[in-house]
Amino acid sequence: MISVNGVVKSYGKSFKLEIEKLELKKGLVVTLMGPNGSGKTTLLKSLLGLVIPEKGKITVDGNNISGESDYRNKICYMPQSSPFPPNLKVKEIISITRDIRKKQNNYDYELYEKFGIESILGKKAGALSQGTRQRLSAALAFMFDSEIVVLDEPTAGLDPYSSEILKARIIKLKKAGKLVLLTTHIVNEVSELSDRLVFMLDGKIKVDRDSFRTPGGNGKEFREMVSKLFMENEPAKNI
Amino acid sequence: MSALKAGIILAAMCLMLFSESRSAVIRVGMSGKFTDVADAVNSASDGDRIVIEKGIYFVSGLNINKKIILEGEQDAVLDGSFLKEIITVTSDSVIIKNLTLRNSGTSYVSDLAAIRLENVKHCALENNVVENSFFALYLSSSSDCKISGNRIAGNSVSESFSGNGIHLWKCSGVTISDNTVSGMRDGIYLEFSTNGEISGNTSFGNLRYGLHFMFSEGNSYTSNTFRNNGAGVAVMYTKKITMNFNRFEDNWGANSYGLLLKDIDNSLIYGNVFSGNTAGIYAEGTNRVNILNNTFEKNGWALKVLGNCYEDTIRYNRFSNNTFDVSTNTSKNANLFLNNFWDKYKGYDLDNDKKGDVPYRPVSLFSLVVERVPEAVVLTGSFLVELLDAAEKIIPVFTPETLVDNSPLIEERGR
Amino acid sequence: MNLRKIFKYFFSDIIRSKWIPVYTVLLFALTSGIIYFSRDGQKAFISLLNIALYLVPLLCLIFGSVYNYNSREFVEMLLTQPVTRRSVFLGQYLSLGLSQTAGFVLGMILPLFIYDFSINAALLLAAGIFLIFIFNGFALLVSNMVNDKVKGVGILIAVWLFFAVFYDGLMLFMFYYFADYPLEKTTIIASSLNPVDVARTFIMLRLDMSALFGYTGAVFKKYFGSGAGIYVSLLILHLWMIVPSFFASKKFKRKDF
Repeated sequence: MISVNGVVKSYGKSFKLEIEKLELKKGLVVTLMGPNGSGKTTLLKSLLGLVIPEKGKITVDGNNISGESDYRNKICYMPQSSPFPPNLKVKEIISITRDIRKKQNNYDYELYEKFGIESILGKKAGALSQGTRQRLSAALAFMFDSEIVVLDEPTAGLDPYSSEILKARIIKLKKAGKLVLLTTHIVNEVSELSDRLVFMLDGKIKVDRDSFRTPGGNGKEFREMVSKLFMENEPAKNI
Repeated sequence: MSALKAGIILAAMCLMLFSESRSAVIRVGMSGKFTDVADAVNSASDGDRIVIEKGIYFVSGLNINKKIILEGEQDAVLDGSFLKEIITVTSDSVIIKNLTLRNSGTSYVSDLAAIRLENVKHCALENNVVENSFFALYLSSSSDCKISGNRIAGNSVSESFSGNGIHLWKCSGVTISDNTVSGMRDGIYLEFSTNGEISGNTSFGNLRYGLHFMFSEGNSYTSNTFRNNGAGVAVMYTKKITMNFNRFEDNWGANSYGLLLKDIDNSLIYGNVFSGNTAGIYAEGTNRVNILNNTFEKNGWALKVLGNCYEDTIRYNRFSNNTFDVSTNTSKNANLFLNNFWDKYKGYDLDNDKKGDVPYRPVSLFSLVVERVPEAVVLTGSFLVELLDAAEKIIPVFTPETLVDNSPLIEERGR
Repeated sequence: MNLRKIFKYFFSDIIRSKWIPVYTVLLFALTSGIIYFSRDGQKAFISLLNIALYLVPLLCLIFGSVYNYNSREFVEMLLTQPVTRRSVFLGQYLSLGLSQTAGFVLGMILPLFIYDFSINAALLLAAGIFLIFIFNGFALLVSNMVNDKVKGVGILIAVWLFFAVFYDGLMLFMFYYFADYPLEKTTIIASSLNPVDVARTFIMLRLDMSALFGYTGAVFKKYFGSGAGIYVSLLILHLWMIVPSFFASKKFKRKDF
């Protein structure tokens, strides 16, 4: 459903994203991992059109996304630091998003309730704490029942309760046959959810594995593998 | 001795009364004795009064050579049929009044006029209307005549094919008052004419000058209005001219000015208003002229004083809303600027004597640039130009060092 | 279709910020102050012209760029939605231009119209609108090219100085050093190329200042007053409006967030 072919994006001389080939299919939870600066966020932003690659082709459901915008109806995105316009109220942010997406579905009360959105509707985004912004961001990502959900470090800064809800939502989406693409640093978290691991290093895909979870196992193999990868590549930072 | 003198005067007065009572009134028109003006004039003798009734009379080349009064009733029109001069006066003491004269002949060779006074004294032209004539009232070598209350309207389109409204050539002591002249080449023109008094006239919409002096000394003109003429008023090659309480308005155009002074000495310009002219006064070769108590407002340049002007005094004038107050083409100044009110003056008056404590330099840097390169005018109003002008006012480098009002007035005098 | 929505979001966002009210009140205070304190209409008009020609573009550059820097999150949020970059750019550009035009009209043109309803006020309005859109184009161009806010605003102040001061300085320099050459054509071309100069020359000539300037003025008047000059000036103003904003949009379309 998403296919990335020969994508190159560089920032100066210090960083270069090079993805030869990456295919992401429906009904899976795919986790992007890798040290800081390995290109995870750049890859996600390329899928969303926020970052424009120099070379290569990205297609969503077979359609080239370059210069297109309609395909984003199928994608919901939860950015890393949830940068909302500070002078907009939460309800305005929600209504703008709904307005553009032409989704007139009713409020997902469960989502509102669980992420505690109802109580902050009248507040300005600038006045929200980092955790609250993340909750809002998560709520927006799940609000539209979209085919693809892209989550950049979703649990960072999120309280444990909200994290659990988030995970539950991810599983729900997966069961509904949607594609979930997420990045994280926390190995435990993903081992429970992920169907596939993409490990990135210096802008390239180092490891791309699926079916790592042995039936009935608890993901031990996976955890060990990831720990090893981190240890090998950035021992000082990521133990 | 004095009794004898008194007796003679008495006798003379009796004679005058007697002759006056003997003078005839000759009527021209439907109910008159004559239907032709020329016939009436031919039959008249000195002292007669010819009254022309309402109607249109074709008159051309009529010569008045006797001391008569030619007078029109309402709507009495003398039409010259574009042939020759309508009336030529060759006798002293002729009075022509209340007539409408139109369609004089036009000539490239001679200055044909509606009425010409040729070498006469004590004549009067009063309250006539002159329309569509080459020259209107032409006085040649005449003296002590009076031109008043006439209304002259031409429809000139080109300078070379049009004449002047009131034209004086080698005249003296002529009074020109309360006339209105428009649409001619020059409204009022004086050449080699002296001691004239020109007052209360309105001269507007003439092709060239509203008033034009050449080689004419000792004249004065007061309380006239010169508006919207091609080039304004020109006073050239003369001296001892008094110019008081006139209004010079809206003489606006590429080569226009309110008052052009060229080679003129020892004159007075007092209490005039110069408003909306391209240049209020343009002075060239002007010496010992006092320019006092005038108002200069909304002109492009209030004063353009060229380098060949000496010992002029510019004092107690009011300058406001002019694009440029004073401009000159020299770095030296031989004239006195003192106690004027300048609206652009930004100084202060600490000793409260109503005079600014800081000198005012009326020549702006930009006016010098424009003087040198006329194309620079496109920068008028530019922020840079205002910055440079402000800087130059604080530290003068380029503007004439001595062209300065050392004691500018701080308050506007009553308008 | 989305453009209208995006314009609406940006416009309501801009007019809600303190900028536009402050801008409007500032212009209103200046305009009514000038009208009130100067007794002469023409003089007041020339002061107002200076505000429209110099202050308004400066405020445009600063406001337009600062807004663009500050609305980065908003832009980013919009871009994750199914909208084209083109409509986000146009929405931002038009709402910046129109909100400032609204402030300009309320703060400056309205009091001027009340005081003196004339062709002058209409010309000032036209000049102001052109300059607002032209300089907002520059503001977006530079702020989309330079990510550092301080640097961007610095560059824009240099842009303003160039159009408001240095360009005329160069012309003055030319007049000074080439005084002996015929400069009419060069002057017409030079003053047609700077949008601030075009606006100023056009209005000054309409005020019949040309008569001040003898033969030269007549040449300018003929050029700017006749059909060809008007069309060429309008064309150049349009180019100034289109070119910087075109490059700003190109830059925006390739920009990474």
